[in-house]
Parts: sequence; C-alpha cells; structure tokens
Amino acid sequence: MIDKRVATALEAVAGIHDGATVLVGGFGESGVPTVLLEALVQQGATDLTIVANNAGTAERGIAALLRAGRVRRMISSYPRSRGSVWFERRYAEGSIELEVVPQGTLTERIRAAGAGIPAFFTPTAVGTEMAEGKEVREFGGRPYLLEYALPGDVALIRARRADRWGNLTYHSVARNYAPTMAAAATLTIAETEEPVAELGGLGPEEIITPGIYVDRVVHTGAALAWDGEGPR
Amino acid sequence: MTGPALLPDGVTPWTMTEVAAHAAADLPDGAHVNIGIGLPTLVPALLPPGREVVLHSENGMLGMGPPPGPGTADPELIDAGKNLVTLLPGGSYFSHAEACAMIRGGHIDVSVMGAFQVSQNGDLANWSIPGDKAPAVGGAMDLAAGARRVVVITRHTASSGEPKLVAACSLPLTARGVVDRVYTDLATLDVRDGQFRVAAAAPGVTLAVLAKLTGGEIDWP
Repeated sequence: MIDKRVATALEAVAGIHDGATVLVGGFGESGVPTVLLEALVQQGATDLTIVANNAGTAERGIAALLRAGRVRRMISSYPRSRGSVWFERRYAEGSIELEVVPQGTLTERIRAAGAGIPAFFTPTAVGTEMAEGKEVREFGGRPYLLEYALPGDVALIRARRADRWGNLTYHSVARNYAPTMAAAATLTIAETEEPVAELGGLGPEEIITPGIYVDRVVHTGAALAWDGEGPR
Repeated sequence: MTGPALLPDGVTPWTMTEVAAHAAADLPDGAHVNIGIGLPTLVPALLPPGREVVLHSENGMLGMGPPPGPGTADPELIDAGKNLVTLLPGGSYFSHAEACAMIRGGHIDVSVMGAFQVSQNGDLANWSIPGDKAPAVGGAMDLAAGARRVVVITRHTASSGEPKLVAACSLPLTARGVVDRVYTDLATLDVRDGQFRVAAAAPGVTLAVLAKLTGGEIDWP
C-alpha cells in the first residue's frame, strides 16, 4: 500500500543531509512551507543551498535557517525584500554566497530539471551583466542565452490538501513554485493546511500536483495567518 | 524630483497620477497586461470606464483585481509586489513557471514598468543601482524581454535633476532595445529610430525645455 503520510514535521524532514540543495516553495509569504522550514532548523542539516524566490521575512521560514547559520548559498530572484533582515545581515557579513537569477529563468531551470531537460535557451537577460560568461546562440535572428537545469536534492512545499498517494491541491496563488519544485527534487516533502484526505477525496480534475512527484506529506494545519497588519 | 525650480516659467508638469492615466488610456480593450511595481501600480484604478483589461501577475494569476476591502483579505492572495489583491470573475490561478512561460512566450500584450534610465534606442535599466545593499532582479528581465510591448512610467528626471531619458544607459541593463513608449511628467515619447519622438507634451513644455532635461535625441514632429 502506498502511504506517504508522516506524523510530524520533524519526521518529514528526516534524512536531509548537510550540503543538500533544497528547493523551497513560496513567493513573498504566500505558500512558504514555514513548519517544514522550522523543522529543518531543528533537524540540524547545515551547509545548505537554498533555492527560493525570496530569502525569508523577519524570523520566519528561510530567515530562520539563515539566522541559525545553516545556509551556505542562496539561489534566488528577489532575496532583498520587505523584512528580509536575516538575509541582508548574512549577505553583508559575507557568510553566504548569492546567485541572483531572473524570476522566469529560475522557475524554468527548476521546471527543466523536473522534465528531463538539461539546459535550454532563453531570451531573458541577453545583453545584460547576467549574461556574462554564458553561451549566446541565435535562433531566427534573435540571440538567446544558455541556461542549465536546477535540480534539488529536496523540495519543501506547502499544499492545501493531500491524499495518501501524495496528490496535492493548493490555495490560490500560494501554489506559485510548488508544482514545479515538486517535480525537480529527489525527495519532495509537502506540508498541508487541511487533514490528509482519503483516496478519492481530491477530485481528479482539482489535483494540481500528481502524487508521482511527492514523497512525504505531513498535515501541519499551517496556513498563512494574518493579523490585519501583516503576517504573524 | 522635477521640481518647479528646475522648470522654466509657464511649464506645468503633469502629476504622476495624470501620467499613469495617460498610460491607462492607451491600454487596448481586451489586452493582457502586466503591471510592474512602483508608479505603474497607479494604472489599474485609472482605466477608462468600460475598458476591459486582464491583469497578469508573475506569481501565477490572470484577472487580478483591486486590493481587498477591510476584513476580506486572503493573506495568500498577493501580487508580484507582495501586496494584497483580489481575483475578478473569470480570473485564474496557475504555477509561477506557467506565468513566466506566458511572459516569455509573447502572450503578454503590454508590460508597464518603472525605470531608472531609458536610452534613445530603447534600452531599459530598472533593476540595479551600483551600491545596492544586495542585488535583486525579480521578473523585470523576463517582462522586458518577453512582453510584446514595453512601456515605462517615470519622472522625466531623477531626484538629482539628472536626465532619466538618456543617449546610453550608464546603469546595469534590464534588456536592450525593448522600450516602445515612455510616459513622463513632461511628455509622452515614443522610442523610434534611435530618438525619443514626442507624442504629447505637458502644458508649456517646448522642444527647448525637453532638450535641456533629456539626455537623448528628441524628435518633435
């Protein structure tokens, strides 16, 4: 019998090794797997490469890993954003490496990894400093930049609902990177807002991420809380 | 800021709300449009009545609506600038990868962006200023390279008084040769044939005024 459910977030992150590349879902605060990230801090893996759109807010999520000194390298599109105090501190003190990637290139590199495409050509960033040292080739008279797939050892994502096969649904734009990251990692772990459903409890037409991509699901009940001013 | 002190007598610059309204008025009915952060966020509320424009957000939505009313916010439902928004009837959600493929694939009719500098051949610099605490690029390069039409809303000059419309950008580029039109507080200018061609000008603005406050070539047909 297939049963991808695990009881606790700490069990869910078991086995993530030092030096792992971890793809982390979320855009701003939306869809960040906060409970899994807290569990990863507890679990203790270090020297991590974190791939994510942003680099954490206040003390939460990726910021908690940065604060705990577990991150060696960030690959991110918009690491400096509102409240990214721990990223800015670690970057300023020179304790983390940073690779900034245009958002569409970041997401396509992850997509390519999950789809068996080792590299691709994109029009984005041609003629900019981000193209320095990269191969440029013309197709139909227009220059394109060679970019490589970006696979993860682990993907940490947040879903709204799951079943024991690991099929996932999401809440509005909270899905953002999650369906793409789920396919691109060796070990994909999803935390869910709602209790894990019986098989058939998710309609086949509402499933966004098929369970084939997902290895572990844990019901954390966590959704983004809001106090009227900002996320808590 | 283009303060009155810098401007000759008789010149009345448009307010940035008026500038955004010019950009809004030019968005065609039925267009799929991405709105950048900063001044472009003024545009959606200024669309002419009855104009149906579908707003795209690169985190994964089409049909984005205005900010939520008091007490109705969905904290997960944000735009690319991480502000709370709503979804209009007919709107849809999809992955970030699909949202970016939509941009790169040429499906976005217009990208409305802010700028640090625009050059007379349409180069855009709007993502990095040397000395930034840490770099961040977001979707700017994807939108600049992928949207069918790129328009910019900006003050005509920087707060230092330096021109933002220049012969050649000195700041790091977002993309080369992509800007189609620039809306400023002094004029609306099309980027064409290596020049800024004036399509409209604020009250009292003359070719001499623009030439003084612009770094690139001006064409006033």
